[in-house]
Amino acid sequence: MSITRDTAIAPFSKKGAIAPPRKKLKVPRLFIFLCLSPWLFGIIFFTAYPMISSFYQSFTKFNLIESPQWVGLDNFHRMFFEDDDFWKALKNTIWISAISIPLRICFAIFTAWVLTKPKRGSSIYRTIFFLPSMVPAVAGTMAFTYIFNPAYGPINKLLEAIGIKEPPFWFMDPNWSKWGLILLGLWGIGDTMIIFLAGLLDVPTSLYEAAELEGASGWQSFRYITLPLMTPVIFFSTVTGVIGSFQYFTQAYVASGQVNDYSHSMYFYATHIYFSAFKAYEMGYASALAWVLLVITLLCTLVILKTQKRWVHYPNGSLFK
Amino acid sequence: MSTYTPEQLVEINAQSRKARRAKKWNNFLHMVGNHSLLIALSAIFILPLYLVVVISLMSKGQAETRSLWPHPFVWHNYIEVFTAVPFLKWTLNTLFVSIMGTIGTVVSSVPPAYVLSRLQWKGRQTTFLIILSTMMLPGQVTMIPVYIIFSRLHWIPSFLPLIVPSFFASAFSIFLLRQFFTSIPDEISDAARIDGCNEFKLMMRIIVPLAKPAISAIALFAFLGSWNDFFGPLLYIVENEDLWTLGIGLNAFQGIHHVDTNMMMTASALFMAPVIIIFFFSQKVFIEGVTLTGVKG
Repeated sequence: MSITRDTAIAPFSKKGAIAPPRKKLKVPRLFIFLCLSPWLFGIIFFTAYPMISSFYQSFTKFNLIESPQWVGLDNFHRMFFEDDDFWKALKNTIWISAISIPLRICFAIFTAWVLTKPKRGSSIYRTIFFLPSMVPAVAGTMAFTYIFNPAYGPINKLLEAIGIKEPPFWFMDPNWSKWGLILLGLWGIGDTMIIFLAGLLDVPTSLYEAAELEGASGWQSFRYITLPLMTPVIFFSTVTGVIGSFQYFTQAYVASGQVNDYSHSMYFYATHIYFSAFKAYEMGYASALAWVLLVITLLCTLVILKTQKRWVHYPNGSLFK
Repeated sequence: MSTYTPEQLVEINAQSRKARRAKKWNNFLHMVGNHSLLIALSAIFILPLYLVVVISLMSKGQAETRSLWPHPFVWHNYIEVFTAVPFLKWTLNTLFVSIMGTIGTVVSSVPPAYVLSRLQWKGRQTTFLIILSTMMLPGQVTMIPVYIIFSRLHWIPSFLPLIVPSFFASAFSIFLLRQFFTSIPDEISDAARIDGCNEFKLMMRIIVPLAKPAISAIALFAFLGSWNDFFGPLLYIVENEDLWTLGIGLNAFQGIHHVDTNMMMTASALFMAPVIIIFFFSQKVFIEGVTLTGVKG
């Protein structure tokens, strides 16, 4: 394009303009495309295509050898009306989420709060509290199933020593096995705790000082200052907790393998998908299960999102602007 | 002016000294209280690890007696574990998968994070939102078709399904890096651009060195993610014993050979050890990484 007088003065001719606008950076399109290409390739072949494909497969009967056979809503009908294992897995999953998500949050707040107390030396404790969350899930689970073993694990001996007459059989007892898994989860609280710790350290000390001058008790300043300011973190861990609990697999799989969980007390939703897909080779049915999982997690997340207005306080909102 | 008699002043002085002393005593009590609570909690967190190490040093007979201290110390367990099961091979397999996975993640996640944080372009926000939502997507939804792709490629059983996907960027790593890159002042980039630096050089020579902490964080998370992974190997390599990783091997420990419980704890201890050692040397990186994104791995 040739430069005429008009195009040359165009930037100046705008009303009120006194200088040419700052030269905008030329967008290096090729560079951007090249940089994004690994991710683009990944999202197409490992996310988008598989999602569409598994959505289609959820309406088919597919055993990996023959090609998929359209069966309409049969898989979903079977899931809700014929498959007892589905209900068992769903119940177990809801049970463990309902107990372990709140428990984990409380324990994370508690451990983080305790860490903010001492003036010196808290980093050693922080290291110790964080350490178990690094342990490989398989190793941690194996260790727990062994040390909680009623016959030769030392934990029950310790419990007896502190006066508990008949300690539970933990992983060996279908009524207690989930509690074993919950304890295993609480042991690895470290990563959640660190987020809460960061949140607690962000609370301006002036707020606590003001509360103390007003004569607030320790509990009051926790309840009316710390807790409201922690709600964004609580909200975040609830959402990730719900998403995570529907994918809870490794610990349950390893533990039930170690103790022969005949009554399926540690049979969770993700376990059901795994067994349907890779033991029974019912790929269509497993895809349907996976899509129901997605819908359930989306619904739960939406419900939590809907309620957040009522209980989540964002410090950048009205209060601290 | 003062209405106090000397006796009263002495009395007041003594009282305030008493109060100060009481406050000091109070502070001391608080400190003792706090630290004993912290020590008790630490003991609970350490207990399982302690028991694993202690049992790993017991003889077979003693490991089944619920005792809390090895008598005698059977250091030999740590040699025997390498002959009882192919422990060395499992370790090398795990190491190989983890290192390749780490390289893949770092190489493929830095460029997308760079363009998402340091350049202005149309569709940037949308792209970022897509990346965030894929982080939340349950893996089960894509698992089966991905498995079918790999089986059509005849990559099962092999290490390829565990390594190749990491070369196509991980949403979590992009997210973490982007958060860090955004915090680097724009003036640095502007100055380099004025000096005629092209974008690629700018990324590699200026931003990447500045973002070393974030890059080491994603490298560590990627390494530990592969090291601790169980589900991936369970799908893709379980059929070939030569390819087993530590997680798979350890889980199958009892089933394949008859191995005693003390040995099992020895192997568990060895499986945990590298992670714990890495953690002690790189705590700060970890904790900052978790704090920056709110998630681990």
